[in-house]
Amino acid sequence: MRAFGPAPSCSLSPWGPTVAETESDLKDTVLADRHATAGARFVPFAGYRMPIQYDPKRGGGIVEEHRWTRTHASLFDVSHMGIVDILGADAGEALERLLPAALTDQPVGTQRYSFLLNESGGIIDDLMVTRLEDCWRLVINAANRATDIAWLAENLGAEVAVQPRDDLSLVALQGPDAGAVLAAIDPAVDALYFMEAGTANVGGVTCALTRSGYTGEDGFELALPSDMAGDIADLLTADARVRWAGLGARDTLRLEAGLCLHGHDIGPEVTPIEAGLTWAIPKRRRAGGEFIGAKPVCRQIQDGPSVKLVGLRPDGRAPVRAETGLVAAAGTPAGTPAGTPAGTPAGTPVGTVTSGSYSPMLEAPIALALVNADLASPGTELIAQARGRTTPCRVTALPFVPHRYRRRR
Amino acid sequence: MTALRFTEDHEWISVDGTSATVGITDYAQDKLGDIVFVELPEVGRVVEKGEAVCVVESVKAASDVYAVASGTVTEVNTALEGEPALVNNAAETDGWFYKMELSNPEEVAALMDEAAYQALVDGAEA
Repeated sequence: MRAFGPAPSCSLSPWGPTVAETESDLKDTVLADRHATAGARFVPFAGYRMPIQYDPKRGGGIVEEHRWTRTHASLFDVSHMGIVDILGADAGEALERLLPAALTDQPVGTQRYSFLLNESGGIIDDLMVTRLEDCWRLVINAANRATDIAWLAENLGAEVAVQPRDDLSLVALQGPDAGAVLAAIDPAVDALYFMEAGTANVGGVTCALTRSGYTGEDGFELALPSDMAGDIADLLTADARVRWAGLGARDTLRLEAGLCLHGHDIGPEVTPIEAGLTWAIPKRRRAGGEFIGAKPVCRQIQDGPSVKLVGLRPDGRAPVRAETGLVAAAGTPAGTPAGTPAGTPAGTPVGTVTSGSYSPMLEAPIALALVNADLASPGTELIAQARGRTTPCRVTALPFVPHRYRRRR
Repeated sequence: MTALRFTEDHEWISVDGTSATVGITDYAQDKLGDIVFVELPEVGRVVEKGEAVCVVESVKAASDVYAVASGTVTEVNTALEGEPALVNNAAETDGWFYKMELSNPEEVAALMDEAAYQALVDGAEA
C-alpha cells in the first residue's frame, strides 16, 4: 500500500519521510514537550516539527479533534506562523501601499483580513492585520515568512521598522466553549467581539489576543511570551472543555468554513477577486488604486474575473483531492440554474480542485476549486477526473458549514 | 484458517486452502488515520500479485492497496461502503477488504509471518 497523488494540504504522506529522517533540519515550537505528552504525531511543516493529530486512543484523530472543536473548544499551536510588528509614525500610510485594506481609518483594537499583492494582483500572502496602540501587527503564513518579511522591508520605506516577533508564540483557542473558557480565566475577554483585539491576564501573564481564528467558530488567537507559553497552555488545557487539536483538524475545519489556504487555493497566480475575497477590499481602496497590484485588481472588480474559486460537493464518499482536473458536464439544457451553459461542450477542461478532503460534519467529501467564471454558479454540475475515477460534483455556496463568530450586533 | 501473513506494503492475507482474505494491517490504519472511503475491486476480477486493486482514502491522503497474491476476487466487504471506519476499528478482522481464490498459493508462503512484520514495523518506528 502506498500513497499517491499530490501531497494533501497538511503535507503528510503516510509513507513519506518520517520526522525522524529529517529531524535535524526542523525547528520545534516551545510547546513541543506538551504535544509529545498529549500523544502528538509530528510532521514536518514549513520548517517546523508540528503536531498533525494526537493519539486516537486518547480522544485524538483528525475527525474526533474536528468534532470536538465544533462542539467544545480546541487548542492549536500555530507558533510556526509569523508575527511581524510594523512600527513608525507613518506605518499605516506605508502599509496601505502594500495592503488593499483601509488601515488609516481602522480603529485601534480591531483586526482585518488582507493580503500582500504582486504587480499582477496575485496574492503573495494572505494575513491578519491588527491595529495596536503603538504598531500594526501582522500574522503571516509560516511558509511565506521569509518572502513576506523581505517584501515588507523592500517596499515599506526606511522610516518604517519591520520587527519579527520571534519572542512570541501563537496559540488558537477555537470552538463554541472558547469564550467561556477564557472568560473564566479573565472576564475582560467578554468585551471582545469578532475581529477585535485586546489583552488578557492569563495565569498572571499579560497576553495580546484577538477574537478570530481559522475554523469558522468563535475563538481567540493568543500571542504568548514564549518563555511562559507552556504554563499558559497547561492552564488552558486544564479546563475539561479544552483538548489539543493538530494541523490535520485545522485543515478540515478551515475547508468546511470555506477559508482559503495560501499555496493551495490562493497564491501569486490568483487574485483576491478570483478567490472571492473582494469583500476584504473596502470601497475607498477600490477607488484610490494606490497599492501594489491595484490596476489589475480594480480592473477585475469592474469587468469580473474569468475564473472563480468555488465550493464543490462531490457525489459519493470518495474525497476529490487537490490538483484533480474538472471538466464540463454533459448537456443539461441551457438556461436552467443547474445546467451547463450552452457553449461549453461536455468534457471541456474548465478548472482544477485546489483543496479537497472530507467534511466530518457533513460526513461527505468537500472541495474548493478554481473554475471558469461562467460555470461558477451554485448548482452547476462539473465532473472531476482523476486516476480513471470520474466523480460528478456540484458547485455549492460557501461556507459548507455556517460560521459561528461572536459578532457585534 | 492459517495465521496471517504480511507484506512490506502493510497488507495482510489469511489463507484457508486456496481461498484467502485480504486487508490492511493495524499499523497501516493507524498511520493513515481516519479512513473515509475504500474503493473495492469488482467480484470476478482476475488480479496479478502487485497490481493496484483497492484505494483507501483517509482524511489526509489516498493510498493504493496492491494485490498480495494472484487470483480471482470472490467477495468484497460491502460493510465498508457504509462504515469505512471499520478499517480503523478492526483492520485485521471485520475490516477485511476482499476474498480471493488463489491461482498460485506459493506466493503467500514467501510473505512475512507476524514476527517478521512486527520487526519491520518496529524498525520503521525506531
